[in-house]
Amino acid sequence: MLDPPSIGGVATALPQLPLFDLRVTPKDPYDSRGTPRRLYGLTTGVFHVTTVVDVTVIATESLSKRFPRVTALDRLSVDVGPGVTGLVGANGAGKSTLIKILLGLSPATEGRAEVLGLDVATKGAAIRERVGYMPEHDCLPPDVSATEFVVHMARMSGLPPTAARERTADTLRHVGLYEERYRPIGGYSTGMKQRVKLAQALVHDPDLVFLDEPTNGLDPVGRDEMLGLIRRIHTDFGISVLVTSHLLGELERTCDHVVVIDGGKLLRSSSTTDFTQTTTTLAIEVTDTDEHPDGTRAVREALHARGVTVEAGSGLPGAGHILLLSAQGEETYDLVRDVIADLGLGLVRMEQRRHHISEVFQDSDEQRKEAAVHGS
Amino acid sequence: MALDQPVAGDQTRIHDIGYRNYDGPRLGRSYATRSLYSQSLRGAYGLGRSVKSKVLPMLLFVVMCVPAAIMVAVAVATKANDLPVDYTRYAIVMQAVISLYVASQAPQSVSRDLRFKTVPLYFSRPIETADYVRAKFAALASAMFVLTAAPLLVLYVGALLAKLDFTDQTKGFAQGLVSVALLSLLFAGLGLVIASVTPRRGFGIAAVIAVLTISYGAVSTLQAIADTQGSTDAIAWIGLFSPITLIDGVQSAFLGASSAFPGGFGPSDAEGAVYVLVTLGLIAATYGLLMRRYRKVGL
Repeated sequence: MLDPPSIGGVATALPQLPLFDLRVTPKDPYDSRGTPRRLYGLTTGVFHVTTVVDVTVIATESLSKRFPRVTALDRLSVDVGPGVTGLVGANGAGKSTLIKILLGLSPATEGRAEVLGLDVATKGAAIRERVGYMPEHDCLPPDVSATEFVVHMARMSGLPPTAARERTADTLRHVGLYEERYRPIGGYSTGMKQRVKLAQALVHDPDLVFLDEPTNGLDPVGRDEMLGLIRRIHTDFGISVLVTSHLLGELERTCDHVVVIDGGKLLRSSSTTDFTQTTTTLAIEVTDTDEHPDGTRAVREALHARGVTVEAGSGLPGAGHILLLSAQGEETYDLVRDVIADLGLGLVRMEQRRHHISEVFQDSDEQRKEAAVHGS
Repeated sequence: MALDQPVAGDQTRIHDIGYRNYDGPRLGRSYATRSLYSQSLRGAYGLGRSVKSKVLPMLLFVVMCVPAAIMVAVAVATKANDLPVDYTRYAIVMQAVISLYVASQAPQSVSRDLRFKTVPLYFSRPIETADYVRAKFAALASAMFVLTAAPLLVLYVGALLAKLDFTDQTKGFAQGLVSVALLSLLFAGLGLVIASVTPRRGFGIAAVIAVLTISYGAVSTLQAIADTQGSTDAIAWIGLFSPITLIDGVQSAFLGASSAFPGGFGPSDAEGAVYVLVTLGLIAATYGLLMRRYRKVGL
């Protein structure tokens, strides 16, 4: 489903980044003057395998943004490498504020941030030339065609007229807009509008794009297509992506790395595989037989006997018939299969439950409480 | 994946040559600002927009030029030794058309970006707030200048064809151009400030027309009252309070125009200096207000 995550930036370095400053020839192996200094924030899940130089696309260091009444970001330290990174948080968690700061449009109250190795406080314009931004809200004038609009936006990014037209045609084709691109945008469906918004963010071939809630308002098919497209932005176009969403399940399928923030604080930053490994919950449902009139209970007892904790899936559709257990790996699947086969029941379903963002919050709340208990 | 497939039928086949990176030049902020300027200037005449949006600006442009053409025709036919209307006076006579133009095009220029929330797309690119404001201001002022200077050009060419005195006409034409340049800056600034407050285009149009006509109506009424009361000193001071009388005052003090104020009591030189200061101050103030307005419009 997912490509191996390239977090921690092994060999997949962005060629545009000045990895070494060749003006200094490092004779002394401990001489680090030649390598650019980068910020390191909290680097959960980043492991250094044959790493020569870490590639960081976004780095923040105790970044805070306080408004008179609200603290939008609270000492956020995070490193984001190349690839597709999901930024998850409930509404008002500080996602949009973070993007604004990273675009160099809003000064941070304290702390530092770098995008593509450029300081957001001083190099805003240079960052914005190499970065694309797709806003969450509608941003398209209805009375011009997609082609005209995207050409104009390409020129606003500094592309010469001819290049702007060529890149527009290319980009619109890549996002899946064909004949309709000559018609006024007012007549487009939501899915087509989202594609135009994406095209204007990609038209100048940035090194990084910020996509703010790109699947908002799309139907399931449109959602899947958009997620596939986001995946391609990295795999085919070689552009790193920071995509926000409030649906963790959606990002699990698309991202290499997920950053969860809540109330402006970093809750978690880890690669998607870590995420799913530690949070996989299995939902199983079985049939009843004459031998076991309550199949669900029989399975629960049998699993309990084998030392597996099972919860009833309360609050879910089909509650009472669904059992939840956390999978420790392949052997859990085998165990469930064997237990059910031994009992002679039919397995209606065994699936990984889609996690909702709220569960991550609950989990971490519990962890915090535990930590507090241990600390006292 | 479905997105890669060409949608066209079997006859045409688009070969997907894959994603190509762009290695060409990136021309940066000043180029982007100039692009926004030219796009906005074209947009002010409906170029690059729908047919519907070309109708009004083009119609107003024609309406501005037709009287000038008629005057030229009359002057040539009757072999008159002067044009029926001065260069400086033309814009004052046609002020209703000019007001209508600025009222329709200022909201077109800025309210649309606010209404459809396109502004964040600009500011997520290399340009800064000041670049956006400057480009929009310059574009509308240029569009206004085209509108107001074109009939003067018609008059000038016609006057030369009618073999009127060359130096006299050239001087008048130059004075007229300075006057309409000031008028364009002032009207563009006022129009943009009012339009940038509201994302609703209709409301912007109404507000601009209201400000321009009500101020002119009030000022000319008060001037007429002052004239009948015999307090001619007051006439010039009252004229400071509406944009069109402001321009009238400046040009009758310094650009050799005959004042359109009641009784022809134009401002004296000292008063004229105040007029110039107020005009330039107003232009600067509108620019400052626009900057303040857009500082708040972030993402």
